[in-house]
Amino acid sequence: MLSSPTVRASLIFTAVALVGLVFADIAITAANPWKDLGRFFLGVVTPDFFSTEGLATALLRTVAFAFVGVALGSVCGFLLALVYRAYPVRIFCAFIRAIHELFWALIFLQFFGFHPLTGVLAIAIPYSGIFAKVYSEILEEADPEPGRLLPPGTGVVSAFLYARIPDCWVQMRTYTAYRLECGLRSSAILGFVGLPTLGFYLESAFSQGHYSDAGAMLILFYVLIATLPLWVRPKLLPVYVLGAPFFLGDGMPIVWGNVARFFTQDIVPAPLKGEEGWSGMGTWLGDLFITQALPGIWNTVILTQIALVATGIIALLAFPLISTHFGGPVRRTSGHVFLVILRSTPEYILAYILLQLWGPSMLPAVVALALHNGGIIGHLIGRQSSSIVLRPDAPTGLDRYTYELVPRVYRSFLAFLFYRWEIIMRETAILGILGIYTLGFYVDSAIQNIQFDKAMVLILITASLNIGVDILGRFIRKKLALQTMPTC
Amino acid sequence: MTLNFIRKLALVSFMALTVSAAASAQTLVFTAIPDEDETKLVERFRGIADYLSGELDVDVRYIPVKSYAAAISAFRNNQVQLAWFGGLSGVQARELVPGSEAIAQGVEDKAFYSHFIAHKSTGLDEMEKLSDELRGKTFTFGSKGSTSGRLIPEYYIREAFDESPEEVFSRVGFSGNHTRTLRLVEAGTYDVGAINFSVWDKEMENNNIDTDAVKVIWTTPSYPNYQWTIRGDVNERFGEGFSQRVQEALLAMDDPELLESFPRSGFIPVSNDAYEPIRVVGKQIGIID
Repeated sequence: MLSSPTVRASLIFTAVALVGLVFADIAITAANPWKDLGRFFLGVVTPDFFSTEGLATALLRTVAFAFVGVALGSVCGFLLALVYRAYPVRIFCAFIRAIHELFWALIFLQFFGFHPLTGVLAIAIPYSGIFAKVYSEILEEADPEPGRLLPPGTGVVSAFLYARIPDCWVQMRTYTAYRLECGLRSSAILGFVGLPTLGFYLESAFSQGHYSDAGAMLILFYVLIATLPLWVRPKLLPVYVLGAPFFLGDGMPIVWGNVARFFTQDIVPAPLKGEEGWSGMGTWLGDLFITQALPGIWNTVILTQIALVATGIIALLAFPLISTHFGGPVRRTSGHVFLVILRSTPEYILAYILLQLWGPSMLPAVVALALHNGGIIGHLIGRQSSSIVLRPDAPTGLDRYTYELVPRVYRSFLAFLFYRWEIIMRETAILGILGIYTLGFYVDSAIQNIQFDKAMVLILITASLNIGVDILGRFIRKKLALQTMPTC
Repeated sequence: MTLNFIRKLALVSFMALTVSAAASAQTLVFTAIPDEDETKLVERFRGIADYLSGELDVDVRYIPVKSYAAAISAFRNNQVQLAWFGGLSGVQARELVPGSEAIAQGVEDKAFYSHFIAHKSTGLDEMEKLSDELRGKTFTFGSKGSTSGRLIPEYYIREAFDESPEEVFSRVGFSGNHTRTLRLVEAGTYDVGAINFSVWDKEMENNNIDTDAVKVIWTTPSYPNYQWTIRGDVNERFGEGFSQRVQEALLAMDDPELLESFPRSGFIPVSNDAYEPIRVVGKQIGIID
């Protein structure tokens, strides 16, 4: 068994996570964590839909920002996908998607302020990078045969539209629909930094312990996502996309002088602005690196590795919940509901909730990341396992799970897991804003201290770390010959 | 469709720009640092908006923000013209906006102080000065940008132990605001916390504190805190002498209900210079460059 490369890779990653656990700060510091958790669940089952003024508007804004952001992102992403072969384009896309939506929002907030553009761009920019990558992968994998059959002299555009697009259309549509769901989650959490979406009210309700209000908001959010296929119809899509910009709200006017100031002064490193000039840069950067970037990177990496393995464990435990090989329809349906809830709750919100209830340590973050990502992967391999046909005399129960199903889905399970590695790290960094000492904590501190030069350097470091993990993940997937699926 | 959409989007953002710019020509927008529970802030500042709009004959609007930095940024970006800042955030904001001025502070803000509070399980008692008993405990500040919840407490921790808070305590957190600090220490999530006396007193008066679970163990010496700060360019926008009219309106505020919501007994004039000590401390700790 040890000779199998996938087993070896799994063991190595598990070992790294176990070593990480030694260094990680894992604790429940709240005196009464279960009492609070109980109050929270009580709040969820006794939701109060009417106490929060402006809740309906917040939902509307959440949807509007998601639609405008994702639409803009998919259009730009598609255009970028056409030139994705060019190396600089790849680097550019990798870079813009390595920066989390919340970081983009924090940057735009500094010069656009509370203008709708802040929220729209915060979603559209990283999504463009992701769309560019996935669209180009889909386009590349399209069957070249129809193109070869075209008569000579067919124009490039016609060939592309008639021979390439039809083959990719379904996959692109599915992926775009999936991103719309992600867009709703992103849009909701933008409220945590002050945009007028659901997160704004959710944060207020939680921090004040109004669990019934928070429960109502979460329920509405789940309903919104679960009913997505019902109200997002191809025919209605143009209506939504054209209508959405009108529901973003007014916000505050943009003062363009602020934009110029941000780029020419705010983000210029402090020594360059002062008398020291370039000679002071070494000390400035060194100091920033040792006191903030290094501890931030250390904690981000440890937390990511633990969360990655925990995600794997949750996914393996969760997939039988929806697999047709176990249980009857009732259990499968409840399994579905459970996994949909896990995957619909953004990690950021889950982590926020758990942090409020258990107190600050890495534990809430690990649990949040593992539940959300494990829910997603569990859902995907659960569906895949249902398509496996077993012999009529195949064992049942635990034996069926360990000897029949897990080995059969293990390779795609690993593929999904390594695919999400970078995503988990991106989220890990951002959870620092909630007070866990990952890179996001230091970025947030720099922004709170109005030191945007430091914040920008730290964001660049975070982005490089993500790009590094992305490359490593792809290398491992290639090494293990794992097939990648972009729809994850 | 795509092109159409982009055109629409451009049009809409343009309209949003011009419409809100036109509307805000007569609207004075103000904000406040989110130092307490949001519902309380919204209630309090809506009252202030109504009051100011009656006194000044312009539309006055309050916008809530999620962080101290967001309040400072909005002020700096001229998206708000007036703000209720803490000592530190006021200094930061005025340094970024030349010409802006502190125009009024609460009577209590002249000599403000912070409490260190502790959960009963720590067994800590009231102490003369910060002592070694605190070592190894867990500790929460309020917001990262708070004067009474972070700057001043950190200053005295460093002074007493000659070490950073991270070295003195086993765990250091930032609760976000004073109400949250109180709740976290009351629940025992953190052993010790720093909170401003005014929030403590108000919660005590409203019987919102479980005095069996949490108590004050130390109080800082006094320092200047909260103030109303206004941008220097409001006179060009709202007419000559506008800044002074705002100041007069604030000083004249005597509605007990409004004042109670802060809570302050009244407002008195103040100048930028009064906050020099805060700036010095901020520089020492490295929060101000």
